[in-house]
Amino acid sequence: MTITNQIKTVVLLLLLLLVPGTPSFADTSEPKLDQAVELLKGKKFQQKYQAIELLAESASPQAQSILIALLERRLFKLKKTKQLVIAEKQGKTYKIQQAVSLEELGEVKKRALKKISLNNKMRTLIRSALASFDLKNPDREKRLAAVKQILDKADLEKAKIIRPILAQEQDEEIAESMSIIIALSDLSSDDAKQRNSAVTLLSGNIHPSVRNALNQLQQQTDDKALARSIKQALDSIDAKLQFYAVIENLFFGLSLGSVLVLAAIGLAITFGVMGVINMAHGELIMIGAYTTYVIQLLMPDSIGTATLIAIPIAFVVSGLVGIAIERGVIRFLYGRSLETLLATFGISLILQQTVRSIFSPLNRSVETPSWMSGAWEINSALSLTLNRLYIIVFCLLVFAALFYVLKKTALGLQVRAVSQNRAMARAMGVRSEWVDAMTFGLGSGVAGIAGVALSQLTNVGPNLGQSYIIDSFMVVVFGGVGNLWGTLVSGMSLGVANKFLEPWSGAVLAKILVLVFIILFIQKRPKGLFPQKGRAAEG
Amino acid sequence: MSISKQKLKQLVLGTATGLALSITSIAQASDTIKVGILHSLSGTMAISETTLKDTMLMLIKEQNANGGLLGKQLEPVVVDPASNWPLFAEKARELLSKHKVSAIFGNWTSVSRKSVLPVVEELNGLLFYPVQYEGEESSKNVFYTGAAPNQQAIPAVDYLMNEIGVKRWVLAGTDYVYPRTTNKILEAYLKGKGVADKDIMINYTPFGHSDWQSIVSDIKKFGSTGVKTAVVSTINGDANVPFYKELGNQGISAEDIPVVAFSVGEEELSGIDTKPLVGHLAAWNYFMSVDSEANEEFITAWKSFIKDNKRVTNDPMEAHYIGFNMWVKAVEKAGTTDPEAVQEAIIGVAVPNLTGGLSAMMPNHHVTKPVLIGEIQEDGQFEVVWETSGLVAGDAWSDFLPDSKDIISDWRAPLACGNYNVKTSKCSGQNYE
Repeated sequence: MTITNQIKTVVLLLLLLLVPGTPSFADTSEPKLDQAVELLKGKKFQQKYQAIELLAESASPQAQSILIALLERRLFKLKKTKQLVIAEKQGKTYKIQQAVSLEELGEVKKRALKKISLNNKMRTLIRSALASFDLKNPDREKRLAAVKQILDKADLEKAKIIRPILAQEQDEEIAESMSIIIALSDLSSDDAKQRNSAVTLLSGNIHPSVRNALNQLQQQTDDKALARSIKQALDSIDAKLQFYAVIENLFFGLSLGSVLVLAAIGLAITFGVMGVINMAHGELIMIGAYTTYVIQLLMPDSIGTATLIAIPIAFVVSGLVGIAIERGVIRFLYGRSLETLLATFGISLILQQTVRSIFSPLNRSVETPSWMSGAWEINSALSLTLNRLYIIVFCLLVFAALFYVLKKTALGLQVRAVSQNRAMARAMGVRSEWVDAMTFGLGSGVAGIAGVALSQLTNVGPNLGQSYIIDSFMVVVFGGVGNLWGTLVSGMSLGVANKFLEPWSGAVLAKILVLVFIILFIQKRPKGLFPQKGRAAEG
Repeated sequence: MSISKQKLKQLVLGTATGLALSITSIAQASDTIKVGILHSLSGTMAISETTLKDTMLMLIKEQNANGGLLGKQLEPVVVDPASNWPLFAEKARELLSKHKVSAIFGNWTSVSRKSVLPVVEELNGLLFYPVQYEGEESSKNVFYTGAAPNQQAIPAVDYLMNEIGVKRWVLAGTDYVYPRTTNKILEAYLKGKGVADKDIMINYTPFGHSDWQSIVSDIKKFGSTGVKTAVVSTINGDANVPFYKELGNQGISAEDIPVVAFSVGEEELSGIDTKPLVGHLAAWNYFMSVDSEANEEFITAWKSFIKDNKRVTNDPMEAHYIGFNMWVKAVEKAGTTDPEAVQEAIIGVAVPNLTGGLSAMMPNHHVTKPVLIGEIQEDGQFEVVWETSGLVAGDAWSDFLPDSKDIISDWRAPLACGNYNVKTSKCSGQNYE
């Protein structure tokens, strides 16, 4: 049995080798290909557009490889011989092969090559050409991407290629997109029946290309019955879109809210629990962000791990700076809030200038790990950006951890004891000075963690802290001083309120309105959303 | 005896030469030409302006190595206005009255220029302003070496409209004078070209805005109507990074909705991961990637001066290069650094720019420059995809705003006016509003 099988395979292999007509790459006799290669070497973009169209028409594997190389910027011209080559970077030199014959030409230095330039229109043309190649690709992902590309660009010429292969398509998702493309092209058909069935099929589909096509047809058609069914289809689309828009807005609000909570939660401890007006809070966040930058510099090959490792390190670094500030300055100023305010403001300026001197005044580039970029596409109307999603989760985790520390650990008990009644706590043997330093360190450390998160969203520069200090105080005051839950609720609600106001009033006015609202609110309820009750409130 | 005599002689001689030396050095010190550098070295704008201070120091050093100016050495006087607009005026006054500088090179934001303007006019100084700005100004004492709107914004819009076929427009900017005025001009221009109201979306955000989710999502919706849409961005400085990041995250590529920016150059990109930005556009009068001999020399000189092989060059640096060389040439032509004489001599002076042409100072105190459109590449550089066929002369007063289309500026003898109304034949003096 096994032997016969083996013989079979060998025979098959031999047969395969003998099959004539396997595309031989050395074959350059195709006129379109040659013409395209000449045009690609030209200086003008117009020539290159033509070249891409020629390559698309030629539909040969060489054409495909040239297009891919061009898109990936691996297509060069040899300065001396004017040959078009595909180059692969190998250390300091480039390994090159002839673009059409794929003949190896050895290695050259970068100076010997001139990169074939590329612009947006060329990219669009190439992607469209590659999509028609990929429609028949055995790889499911490639086919899916190709169909998506065609649908997104409403590239209805491609319906001709799709029509015959739709029946063979096994994958449901791809087949559905294919039938939408065909229906879209049917919309412009002369046959009324075909048009009507296309409209029925497209009804309720929220892809923007569908909506645009229907909109256009509605304005052009004279057929009343058709116009009515289009209107129905559009109405059902719009209702869905509106629903998703609200969900999207809510997500935006929560993500803005979680940024606010992250920035403010450290302050909720130093200001809320200890009553220290710490103007240098923003700079502690900044230190956390710079820590991320430094860790990424140290581990340039694994950005994702570096970012995760940066979380505990930023906590420690910012925490130590916080403890130094507390021991060095703030402890001499307890009970004198105005002086604390001025002193910490001075510290914030010192920290900013220190960072400027060490890292230069320019912003530093903190990279985003690949698993944090992009979006989770739920459907064509709703996609949630991954970095924001992670930060919402991260914010809740930090909140939970902090809550646990304050409510369930010995340190938390002592912190609460000292903040409620310092004299009594001391009488019970609590080292209140030590607790002060630890509390401040904890709050500062959490600010550092916030810095790691913010480094993924915004600029890491000396001014990072300044842009969050006002917002942080706003959240803490609105939520009620000394209440972690208050900080969470107020941060989230301010975020959501801001985002629902923004489309209606614009970003600038939305910010002002929220601020005015908080001022009015504080007039009515000076102790915030969740005021502390009992003896602690009087202390 | 004789030995001590000799010693005494030596001593006397030594003191004499020492004295003589110190006298000449004093004489030299008082015989330099002072050049004021007014750029923020701390605060928000330090990020952009520190580079320009270094550029000026380099240009002055080179000029001194080539024999100085009028046989004298140039002496830079650097002050730090700390991104604080009123402080700009104070420091300008200090430069002009205390240090007696012959010219000031400086400012970045329009608001700082507006704050310095009355001071240089009162003390009759010279200010070379190197940044692209909103126009609608022409002062006897200021030379605008950056782009006016017709040297940046208008050609960029033309490119998008004619070459890319854009029909829907998002004008997004930071909320202050430069974006507001530029967008006003662009809106008037677009409407003049027949673009309907519903096809223009205007959006302003605060300085340093970092939460772009809703705005980018709005742009995405605005651009998903099947008609080619582009964003014209006058978003300033820092806020660009999170804006582009959000565009990338929400899956908007330059092929879908290209963004053309007027405030994003090589320097700004050096702080970002540029992979998601590939293909987005910027309009400037200079790119570091421009292939010309002058540019290559400038880049080499800059890298060796700043002792950092990774540092980039950008458009405002070129503007200082042009402005400084024009001033040098004008001083040589006038034979004096006297502001009145230099003002007269500098009009018509032409110097090489870094893109391989000659830039000339026009009678309205603006310069001629080529306009280039570049696409962002993965390495943070720009690839030029389009350029004007010739040089464009800066227009101080926009032809597209109803208030300013009849106003011209000509600082030559008979007219000598920054805002002459051709309809009423009146010069409203130095009041620009």
